[in-house]
Amino acid sequence: MSPQFHGVAEFLAMGGHGPYVWSAYGVALVVLVWLVVQPLRRRAAILKSVRQVLAREGNR
Amino acid sequence: MARKWQWFHRLGSPPGFYRASGYWLPWLAVAAALLLGVGLVWGLVYAPPDARQGNSFRIIYIHVPVSFLALAGYYVMAAAGAVHLIWRMKLADMVMTAAAPLGAALTFLALWSGAVWGKPTWGTYWVWDARITSMLVLLFLYLGMVALRLGFSNREAAGRACAVLALVGTVNIPIIYKSVDWWYSLHQPATIRLTAAPSMHPDMFKPLLVMIVGFYVFYALVLILNTRAEILARERRTGWVRDLAAGRNQR
Repeated sequence: MSPQFHGVAEFLAMGGHGPYVWSAYGVALVVLVWLVVQPLRRRAAILKSVRQVLAREGNR
Repeated sequence: MARKWQWFHRLGSPPGFYRASGYWLPWLAVAAALLLGVGLVWGLVYAPPDARQGNSFRIIYIHVPVSFLALAGYYVMAAAGAVHLIWRMKLADMVMTAAAPLGAALTFLALWSGAVWGKPTWGTYWVWDARITSMLVLLFLYLGMVALRLGFSNREAAGRACAVLALVGTVNIPIIYKSVDWWYSLHQPATIRLTAAPSMHPDMFKPLLVMIVGFYVFYALVLILNTRAEILARERRTGWVRDLAAGRNQR
């Protein structure tokens, strides 16, 4: 098993199919990262709002 | 009640699931990162180019796994809907809610990667043929699930309506699978079948297998993350979520 490309330029060109290959992989990467980040941010936001409620109740 | 069912009831309760899944997440995250990382380099750099398609064939390592998960995710969503309808299980409703946007994102990726693969291979980004149109219907079913839930103010009614929509939409799944056999289509028939050896060279197939397994693990990871966020959102007024937010117990 050996690399199919000689050098970075050839790898990025993908034998003339670069725009197709990289737009598929690029969009996939963006969507996958968003899928992981979105629920983590939602979780953090919920816990933060619960803490704010607790703080308000504690001050009364 | 038999003792062996206790674990099921504990896991089936939202706080029980939240606690248990917290221990699974690091393992799933590491496994998904390793599998997808290895599959990505293997498929992009080491797999040989296709004799006729050249390097555009490498889109297969995205297209096939996300398409598998777009369909498998619908089964997960519909099964959760059925469990919720039959046993009124809250956690099943939360899983169904978590599966909808995830499925929509994967279906979008299947359509997107198919379009940019179609251009150099078929000469067009889009055709209104059976496989592609039925996948577009799948995207609208997922988006419909998200929209339907937003349209209800009553959570009970929303859960039942979504479960019914998910179950009715299951009709579309065998149509997607069989579309390439039933109708004349630009889309090729299945390369991988359970009943026969894949019609693909092992050097190309092995990285595909790694990517498929990696995407399954990734799906499980994101489904659990979404479900946990949904659990917190719905139970934010309960004591255990308050304790969690205040750091009064672990995880």
